[in-house]
Amino acid sequence: MALLTLPNIQMLEKIDIQESIKQFMIPFVAIVLFLIFWEVTASQIKTSLGLVPGPIEVSKQFKNLVVEHNEMRAKATAFYERQEKRNAAKLAKDPDAKVKIRSFTGKPTFFDQIFTSLITVFAGFFIATIIAVPIGILSGLSQNFYTAINPLVQIFKPISPLAWLPIVTIIVSAVYVSNDPMFSKSFIISALTVTLCCMWPTLINTAVGVASVDKDLLNVSRVLQLPSLTKIWKIVLPSAIPMIFTGLRLSIGIGWMVLIAAEMLAQNPGLGKFVWDEFQNGSSNSLGRIMVAVLAIGIIGFILDRLMLSMQRLISWDKNAVLR
Amino acid sequence: MSASYLHIDHVTMNFPTPSGEFCALKNVNFVINKGEYISIIGHSGCGKSTVLNIIAGLLDASQGGIFLENKQISGPGPERAVVFQHHSLMPWLSVYENVAIAVRQVFKRKKTKAEMHEWIIHNLELVHMDHAMDKLPSEISGGMKQRVGIARALAMEPKVLLMDEPFGALDALTRSHMQESLMDIQEKLNNTIVMITHDVDEAVLLSDKIIMMSNGPSANIGEVVEIDLPRPRNRVRLASNPTYNEYRQRVLSFLYERQSNPLSAPEKEESEDLVETVAETIKETPEATNVTELKSISDSGKAA
Ligand SMILES: Nc1ncnc2c1ncn2[C@@H]1O[C@H](COP(=O)(O)OP(=O)(O)O)[C@@H](O)[C@H]1O
Ligand SMILES: [Mg+2]
Repeated sequence: MALLTLPNIQMLEKIDIQESIKQFMIPFVAIVLFLIFWEVTASQIKTSLGLVPGPIEVSKQFKNLVVEHNEMRAKATAFYERQEKRNAAKLAKDPDAKVKIRSFTGKPTFFDQIFTSLITVFAGFFIATIIAVPIGILSGLSQNFYTAINPLVQIFKPISPLAWLPIVTIIVSAVYVSNDPMFSKSFIISALTVTLCCMWPTLINTAVGVASVDKDLLNVSRVLQLPSLTKIWKIVLPSAIPMIFTGLRLSIGIGWMVLIAAEMLAQNPGLGKFVWDEFQNGSSNSLGRIMVAVLAIGIIGFILDRLMLSMQRLISWDKNAVLR
Repeated sequence: MSASYLHIDHVTMNFPTPSGEFCALKNVNFVINKGEYISIIGHSGCGKSTVLNIIAGLLDASQGGIFLENKQISGPGPERAVVFQHHSLMPWLSVYENVAIAVRQVFKRKKTKAEMHEWIIHNLELVHMDHAMDKLPSEISGGMKQRVGIARALAMEPKVLLMDEPFGALDALTRSHMQESLMDIQEKLNNTIVMITHDVDEAVLLSDKIIMMSNGPSANIGEVVEIDLPRPRNRVRLASNPTYNEYRQRVLSFLYERQSNPLSAPEKEESEDLVETVAETIKETPEATNVTELKSISDSGKAA
């Protein structure tokens, strides 16, 4: 028996390896072809800022951005060192002297902007989730609640982030007044705009997931006389988890797109502002730098999606579901 | 007093439908004794599940009620455990946890943790599923899932065990294994069981009493057969037992002679209509003289 099965296993492994080479090679070839196409066509289009940059030029701009970032970091370190020395000297002369500690106010680099955008999108997405999941559960459980909120959801869902932005800006400016704000106003505005636009897929998918819980399972819970909260926690939520995650994945994708648009329009810090600033700047490097940013936006969006996917794999019981 | 352990008391069930009330059951009335194994048999759609769900409390009867030990039931409860046709296990819980969720709820504050654990294992052993405790439902076969479903129901220590075509979705061989297991368990526990089936052999083999339902709408009890065969029963030996075959015969003749399958009825009507219309057209044509002649022609055509 063992002798018979051994070659089979080896063959299987061989097929596996071939399969994974294929899985790797096909996208690789596609990307190389795309880069060649880009390089060739780009060099034929003249713009007011010179030729459209191809991949080689763009990668150069990326290196520049890294250099700029490192320079800015060095400046910041130097600034803080000087400030510390100055303050130490002051204190040595007069122990009661008031020392000022200022923070470095250099221009945020490309990577600072990426970081800001990521924090903002996570904040907006987090708020959306903690609002949308409970409301989704309620509307999945209660037909009346669903009937009540369905028209509101249908009306709010298609509103563009650009339309929300002025309203959010004005309301946040009016309501969020504090002398020592924990978060900057621009951060709140961007995050809330993300929330308003990205909560709908989670809400709707959660509602559908909860409403389509297997009737037999609900009957089991009725026979057992499970208390409502236990029922939700032990039966309804686990059943709906795959659908909830489908919603969450859609939501974070929308949130990321919305955020970039909101940052551009509102001039709030982040990748969107970086793109807008470069556009206004209009130097010969600008187009290349914008392309670096656009690629970064795409790659980060992809990583966010994969992040949600692996979280879904980790939490969801339905390991057999085809996840793409 | 044991004469009316469970009393299905003149139950009528009307379902509201877009085209008015649909009367599924009309005045269904029967009594089940303690420790009795009852099968309900009838054609698909006659209202068997409706009866079972009313006993379980999952549906409310329009008229009449269910009395368990002379107390009227209201709503579902673990003393009337249900085994559903499609296992209905939580796919995200292991076999053990699927039974545990019932045990923890039913014996909350009545058993210690250790006792609960023992009770869960005991019930899994009863259905021979203790070896697969940590498996997920997706990792075991259909028959095994149904075993776990039965273990979960038994673990509730129900006064009445209700089963809605518990083996309907299983292949013939697995089904007969399950029937053997169920007979073993029943010999040990002597539960009161109401089982729905559409399998005549299954009904005769397992039951003390078979309740045969007439076709709906307004379905009712057609006939009740007491199965007076000694236990333990063995399907191979029973096959040549004349009494067993007599019981089988009675159920079969009820189902297929007195209550013909409702699904095949409309077809028959249609073909008769066809003969009539053809006959009418022929009447109008002077050449045709005999309608019966035509009928015999069409009949002979069928035979060929
Ligand atoms: N919720 C319901 N609403 C309307 N009609 C129903 C409902 N449930 C069952 N019925 C009808 O009642 C009849 C009996 O159904 P059921 O008890 O499921 O039959 P069985 O289990 O014997 O196959 C069927 O004609 C079915 O269409
Ligand atoms: Mg049924």
